[in-house]
Amino acid sequence: MTDVSFQDATERLEAGFGDYFALLKPRVMSLVVFTAFVGLLVAPVPVHPFIGFIGILCIAVGAGASGALNMWWDADIDAVMKRTARRPIPAGKVQPGEALGIGLTLSVFSVILLWLATNAMAAFLLAFTIFFYAVVYSMWLKRATPQNIVIGGAAGAFPPIVGWAVATGGISVESVLMFVVIFMWTPPHFWALALFMKSDYDDAGVPMLTVTHGRKSTRKHILVYAALLAPVAVALAFTSVGGPVYLVTALAMNVWFVKGSYDIWRRDETQAEADNYLTEKKVFKFSLLYLFGHFGALVVDAVFRNAGFGAWV
Amino acid sequence: MSFHKDHELHGRRFGRNIGVGLLLGGFIAIVFGLTVVKVLQLGEANKFERFDHVARPQLEPNPTLTTEPSE
Repeated sequence: MTDVSFQDATERLEAGFGDYFALLKPRVMSLVVFTAFVGLLVAPVPVHPFIGFIGILCIAVGAGASGALNMWWDADIDAVMKRTARRPIPAGKVQPGEALGIGLTLSVFSVILLWLATNAMAAFLLAFTIFFYAVVYSMWLKRATPQNIVIGGAAGAFPPIVGWAVATGGISVESVLMFVVIFMWTPPHFWALALFMKSDYDDAGVPMLTVTHGRKSTRKHILVYAALLAPVAVALAFTSVGGPVYLVTALAMNVWFVKGSYDIWRRDETQAEADNYLTEKKVFKFSLLYLFGHFGALVVDAVFRNAGFGAWV
Repeated sequence: MSFHKDHELHGRRFGRNIGVGLLLGGFIAIVFGLTVVKVLQLGEANKFERFDHVARPQLEPNPTLTTEPSE
């Protein structure tokens, strides 16, 4: 072995701290932290700030752990897709076994710490979320059904339920509705992306709706989910966590979202290709704003409630 | 005067070691903070104070019964 080959091998195989952190999917984690924080904040039971901080930290670490397990399992798919080819495992920086070890360790660690810091229900829900994302979604259904996005959406929808459970120790209609909002929002959000990022999923052989049922059917699915999402999102306004700010936000954003989905449904591929998927891209970008808008409005109403402006319901 | 120049690998391992050190430090801070908060949440100490292996007459439910002399 020459010095040169030694240098090449070490540079390729030695991962930095940031590479291990990247296993935890920090961008997904930010959404998890935000929605879990809202679930915790709007709950009717006050939580000590430090306990609340630990609760959110555990949920974030648990989500990161399931991300690491997902990267371990999906390394072969990630290597094929342009979007994911530079992730630590396909890039050769982190070994698959390391990702598995980190994923399992952080899963156990986050669940036990959440139990000790808060309550058994919150810990159980976090454990179930990790299991659901890593096993039910990643290992079982992602490669088996074109409804994979719907199933994966359920895993991403759990954080506000866990956040609520950190404060209350239970589940209620409010936390379930927050879950349903994210659950119903995920399919139109990802399918709009899949319409203009078509080659990625095709190359990986993941059964995306765009491939298995065609793009026309995907457009119909986007409209149906957006239409079903709207009443659920507005209904949340009439629970104990809702308020006037949320109601106005939900009404305005759902009208826009359904209108955008309707525009997607009306178009065919020729029209979409002519303007480089402008409508699909607009709806996708708006869908990001949609989620932050709804959960942000819940926080604003909670602040008003706590400032003594009275309960809405 | 040293002729040794650190390989870039050492720099990366240094960063990783610092990261692990900070994580462990953070874990200690979390456990300590949780302990403080949980104990403070128990409320006033005399509500959960117990004997702690030493006889403490002031914690007896009705100390007057044992202290009054019998005629």
